[in-house]
Amino acid sequence: MGSKTVLYDAHQNAGAKIVDFGGWDMPLHYGSQIEEHHIVRKTSGMFDVSHMTVVDIQGAQSRDFLRFLLANDVDKLKDVGKALYSGMLDENGGVIDDLIVYRMPQDYRVVVNCGTREKDLAWMARQAKNFDVALNERPDLAMIAVQGPEAIEKVKAVRSAQAELIAQLSVFQGLEEGGWMYCRTGYTGEDGLEVLVPESEAAAFWQALTDEGVKPCGLGARDTLRLEAGMNLYGSDMDESVTPLQSGMAWTVSFTDDRDFIGKAALVAQKAAGVPNKLVGLVLEARGVLRGHQRVIVDGYADGEITSGTFSPTLAYSVALARVPSETGDTCMVEMRGKQIPVQVVRPPFVRNGQRVYK
Amino acid sequence: MSTIPGDLKYLSSHEWVRLEDDGETVTIGITHHAQDLLGDVVFVEVPEVGVEIVAGEEAGVVESVKAASDIFSPIAGTVIEVNEALEDAPELVNSEPYEDGWFFKIKVSDAEELDSLMSPDAYKELCESEDH
Repeated sequence: MGSKTVLYDAHQNAGAKIVDFGGWDMPLHYGSQIEEHHIVRKTSGMFDVSHMTVVDIQGAQSRDFLRFLLANDVDKLKDVGKALYSGMLDENGGVIDDLIVYRMPQDYRVVVNCGTREKDLAWMARQAKNFDVALNERPDLAMIAVQGPEAIEKVKAVRSAQAELIAQLSVFQGLEEGGWMYCRTGYTGEDGLEVLVPESEAAAFWQALTDEGVKPCGLGARDTLRLEAGMNLYGSDMDESVTPLQSGMAWTVSFTDDRDFIGKAALVAQKAAGVPNKLVGLVLEARGVLRGHQRVIVDGYADGEITSGTFSPTLAYSVALARVPSETGDTCMVEMRGKQIPVQVVRPPFVRNGQRVYK
Repeated sequence: MSTIPGDLKYLSSHEWVRLEDDGETVTIGITHHAQDLLGDVVFVEVPEVGVEIVAGEEAGVVESVKAASDIFSPIAGTVIEVNEALEDAPELVNSEPYEDGWFFKIKVSDAEELDSLMSPDAYKELCESEDH
């Protein structure tokens, strides 16, 4: 058996189908993954994401440390609570993980993936040796993502004493109060909150949200929602073998002259030499489902590969992310079950706030 | 717990077969256990009416949010009807795998071929062994 979050019993009682996810026993769905997907696009759903790793970065040099550690620049965070998405790279520019960093009143807080926890913590600890910083993991915090057009109102109803605080959050900002942290972030392409909550209070919060009509949703819906939203999944869409420039993450790299960061030299060299491939969106409006690892064929160039593919419940056809040669145009072929099928090449995201957005 | 009706025959690849009252038509679908493993079904590809089916060969494809899976015909014969409702409502395979979620019907060459298929008890044992 794997690790269990503090909400495991609640999932079992709600009839969840439990699967292993990076060593954690997590809900895949509570009946129908597609219904859960639509609930998040139309009303509000909630996800237990307590398996994710929260680390507080504290100390006099926490800013300098993060400016060196991350490809994006924490100096962009002007206001308290503001959040930044970034890759954490190795010296070759390969992506060790993707993460979110929050500017806290004193220091910083980062949230990294669960499947990469050990290597991330080891890497951060190694880099921290040259800085006056302390890294404090926060396993005492559970995390519940409440997502969908009605999500914020639902959380305000349940946490009425904090309704004003929640109302003042700008997009990609998180604020703490009473040991809880309310973050206007998510992984679905909808508005909503990710709430960091002390473990001892998580089950009651989950129950209160249930009573308010928020539906529990599993990792299955989380994956189709994030893919429609064009958001990368670490380990599928990128890893150490590729750089952010090959992963649709060029916008998360800050190349200012005044700052060196791990992997910068490699990225500069790769840009100068020409980035060999890129991460794009694929759309198949005909029948069939694009799947991870299917071969992508681009006439006259090396093969590409689908990194994540799924049936999009919102669009009612299949979409995918794929790494293809940089020269790829508006169409290409995908090898599916022995046949070559033409697909459209688009710029993700596919869906935002419930609507188709790609052209 | 998976439902396994007692009046059907089964394949180890999780298809079910029902011999209809006329003694020569069989209806084919996938089991409750199979749809549970697949998760939400999003597309079903069935053979065309009139096609000759060879027992044990691929006769269609079912695609779910999770995976694509071949459908094998348990028995030889000619396809006489396909479930057109699945085109617009593939979720019937999840909600009613043994009723409205059926895939296709064939007129069998030799109904005795059914005797060689798995009994409900044998199929139940198979599902239980896969669960562990």
